Amino acid sequence: MIPLGHYLVVSAILFAIGTAGVFLRRNLITILLSIEIMLNAVNLTFVAFGRAQGNVDGQIITFFVMTVAAAEAAVGLAIVIALFRHRESLNPDAFTSLKW
Amino acid sequence: MSETILFYLFSVVAILASALVIGQRNPMYSIMLLIASFGALAALYIQLDAPFVAMAQIIVYAGAIMVLFLFVVMLLNAPQEDAAVWDRTHPLRRPGVARFGALLAGLLIVQLVWALVRVNDASTAVNARGDVAAISSVRTVGRVLFTDYMFAFEATSILILVAMVGAVVLAARETAS
Repeated sequence: MIPLGHYLVVSAILFAIGTAGVFLRRNLITILLSIEIMLNAVNLTFVAFGRAQGNVDGQIITFFVMTVAAAEAAVGLAIVIALFRHRESLNPDAFTSLKW
Repeated sequence: MSETILFYLFSVVAILASALVIGQRNPMYSIMLLIASFGALAALYIQLDAPFVAMAQIIVYAGAIMVLFLFVVMLLNAPQEDAAVWDRTHPLRRPGVARFGALLAGLLIVQLVWALVRVNDASTAVNARGDVAAISSVRTVGRVLFTDYMFAFEATSILILVAMVGAVVLAARETAS
């Protein structure tokens, strides 16, 4: 029998990895992937807490998070494509000006 | 006993794969490793009596969303990330500011550990409560989703529509100008 705390620790480590990725990587695609890692870490927390409470609400919130993640990926990648077309680069430092 | 071994196995796979995702310079490898991480997470969901979430994780996340990422990486011809060039003159990179940031990060870790220690019944087994047959059945999930969460479900469909329109508008090439 695995205690609830173990799942929360795994989730916290995954979330920390995702956060570190957002700050450390200099590639827009990898930054979006790090955000996906963070969303998944939160999903794990939802499912684990839902299971500990003995109901399915955690699973249902997870579906909504997945939907939002899909929408975020679609819009985020569209922005990445539009930015790449302007600057021929995926380095976020290339996009420091708002107007060009 | 085997449950514990599987939990640690899949947790280690998920964490290692995620750590390697942010350790890669080539986004293609990052995406492949992230798919491995999602597979391990799906196994954890199965252990948490959520088989439907596990399947959705594999089909929607590892399948659809990651293919979208792969598609974009291939479309943009996956430029390798440049080695980090640290601009020492940037105001955020001065040693005093960096030390303050490190202090805040350490405080955040302390706070997280404190919160985890104080979670109620964190040490009781996660599957101690509830009826396994009801929690793991798609019938229950569907009934709750389409009754208690009806409004959120409908709002989500609007969100998807907005995201679809937004993606098309943002990525479409301007021809008439």
